[in-house]
Amino acid sequence: MTEDAALPDWLTGHGRKRSRDWTPGDSRRQSAIAGTLLGLSRLVRDSVFSEKIASRPGLLQNLDPRIKLVGMLSLLVTVSLLRNWYLILPLYGFTLVMAAASRISLKLYIRRVWLFVPIFTAIIVFPSLFNVVRPGDPLWVIRDFGHQVTLGPWSLGTSLAITYQGVKGAVLLILRVVTSVSLGVLLALTTRWADLLKSLRVFHIPRVFVLILSMTYRYIFLLLAMAEDIFTARTSRMVGPSSPREDRRFIASSMGTLLGKSHAFSDEVYGAMVSRGYNGEPVISHSFRTRPADWFWLASVTLAIAIIIGGDRLLG
Amino acid sequence: MHIPDGYLSPQTAGGLWALMVPVWYAAGYKVKKTLSARQAPLVAIAAAFSFVIMMFNLPLPGGTTGHAVGGTIIAIIIGPWAAVIAISVSLTIQALFFGDGGILALGANCFNIGFVLPVTGYYTYRLLSRGAAEDSPRRWFAAGIGAYVGLNLAALITAVEFGLQGDLFKAADGSALYSPYGLSTAIPAMMIPHMAVVGVIEAVMTSLIFVFLLRNNPSLLHSYDGIRAAATGRLQLKPLLIGMALLLVCVPLGLLATGSAWGEWGAEEIQADVGYVPQGMDRYLGRWSGILPDYAFPAAEEADTGEEPAGAVSLEGVKESVPGYMVSGVVGLALVGGLAWFSTRLLTRRSRKKEQLD
Repeated sequence: MTEDAALPDWLTGHGRKRSRDWTPGDSRRQSAIAGTLLGLSRLVRDSVFSEKIASRPGLLQNLDPRIKLVGMLSLLVTVSLLRNWYLILPLYGFTLVMAAASRISLKLYIRRVWLFVPIFTAIIVFPSLFNVVRPGDPLWVIRDFGHQVTLGPWSLGTSLAITYQGVKGAVLLILRVVTSVSLGVLLALTTRWADLLKSLRVFHIPRVFVLILSMTYRYIFLLLAMAEDIFTARTSRMVGPSSPREDRRFIASSMGTLLGKSHAFSDEVYGAMVSRGYNGEPVISHSFRTRPADWFWLASVTLAIAIIIGGDRLLG
Repeated sequence: MHIPDGYLSPQTAGGLWALMVPVWYAAGYKVKKTLSARQAPLVAIAAAFSFVIMMFNLPLPGGTTGHAVGGTIIAIIIGPWAAVIAISVSLTIQALFFGDGGILALGANCFNIGFVLPVTGYYTYRLLSRGAAEDSPRRWFAAGIGAYVGLNLAALITAVEFGLQGDLFKAADGSALYSPYGLSTAIPAMMIPHMAVVGVIEAVMTSLIFVFLLRNNPSLLHSYDGIRAAATGRLQLKPLLIGMALLLVCVPLGLLATGSAWGEWGAEEIQADVGYVPQGMDRYLGRWSGILPDYAFPAAEEADTGEEPAGAVSLEGVKESVPGYMVSGVVGLALVGGLAWFSTRLLTRRSRKKEQLD
């Protein structure tokens, strides 16, 4: 992973082994606090990393964010409309091509997409393969009971089989989820967050919402740093293991502290905004300008969508 | 509870977006009236807090960890309507930047986690803590119960959204197009873990935070009372919401009625009643059958066109068409509400401009 080379070790988590030493005691007890710390640093790492990719030149990075947002959303809607799984495949391929053209390492991109949601989906969808859960035409009979089997009030039928409909539905759902997640990741990786939020104005989202969104994004990192400080301060003072009960109480009081701090903080921020001339009517400035290349990209995306949706309707 | 993209049909996701737009508008109006210019920093920081709180892992019995949503405690402190916006903002950032929850499903996620959860949680808390003394244990207990009720109602609505996919959206061969499970599977699968574990975490955490604030920062628990007392001009939303809910519940009644509404006859009915179909009418009939013909989804309709004689009502038929009919009701209500809002805005804006010119 060449992308990681520019980030310090403590941010990438390679030096994370040390965090295990922070809390003595068995690893199970550490998991809540250490896990939270790990989650916090992973989040910061991911967003620093996204910004790095977004500021590199590439196909999607060079597009006007408004055009990119409209195009990506149209692709997302298309993915959700298709009824044939094999028509989602070319769209997934299209995301891979766009990722490569935007100079995103494919290995990293595929891992980021597949790591969580699709695996989770596969687990969820697994029971629906069987005729016991969702009736259908048997594709592979695992076991023929030869007689009606009942389990309490439920009748399980005469055989246990994987159904044709179950497999078809599962493939369709997983492909749909993977392609949708891919499009979302691509949008987030290739757009700087400030530009992405400003481009929401295309949909006439009120200015004040855009302002709130961008302030929130900024303050997430401040609150994360506060939370990390609270957790580190605690773990660095601990001598023995703490009980889960104590941990729960500690976490609840740190949430309470954070809540109080952020509430007081919002007063200060408001004061700072007013003293700089804020009167409740935010101004969002941007310097977006579309170029012929943007429209060309949008036109090709629209054409691809029209062909695929047409094909889907023809095939029924 | 974050629904990823791909699980919901575009009809459901779109319907929930349409439902959320008037909710956001109403919340925005309320917050602007109560907080005026202060709204932006307060809501933004509450949103950031709601984002961060979802990252806190809690130790659970058995060595695993879980996380809380914190919607109810946020609603208690900044008020339910500001909480709707704050949690929606936090969900938007999760969906756009961190791939947590889908982008098309954002309307649904905001409806379940950002609207149902804090509003029910808050009003349950208010109901149960009414008249309780400052240091009465009933107050933190009420906060915990509110969190439990709010989270489980949100989970139930999420389960219904999932279940509708399995029941309504099928390909011709019966295979699922979106989430594969019907209501009878989705509801227990969602509700058992939420009622037994997730809801309990939410309730315990909310109560613990409440007790902590009661001891260390009691003024925070009253900040919303102060905001409400200072509010100028109030938009009464409660009667509107109750009315809308009542009407929605009554929607399936329409399925029991037979025949067409007066003046809405189809060509066959006119043929039967009058003996002929006017030529001009014949020409235009069937040109436009609507987005949801007969207020049902294509799949449900296929199942519906059995051998039933026209006008007969069978209980099975009614049962099958209820969800489609309900969703049509919700979509219609949202569309009409959205249009009404949009036209009022256009009109008031024009008159406002005129005033400025005069």
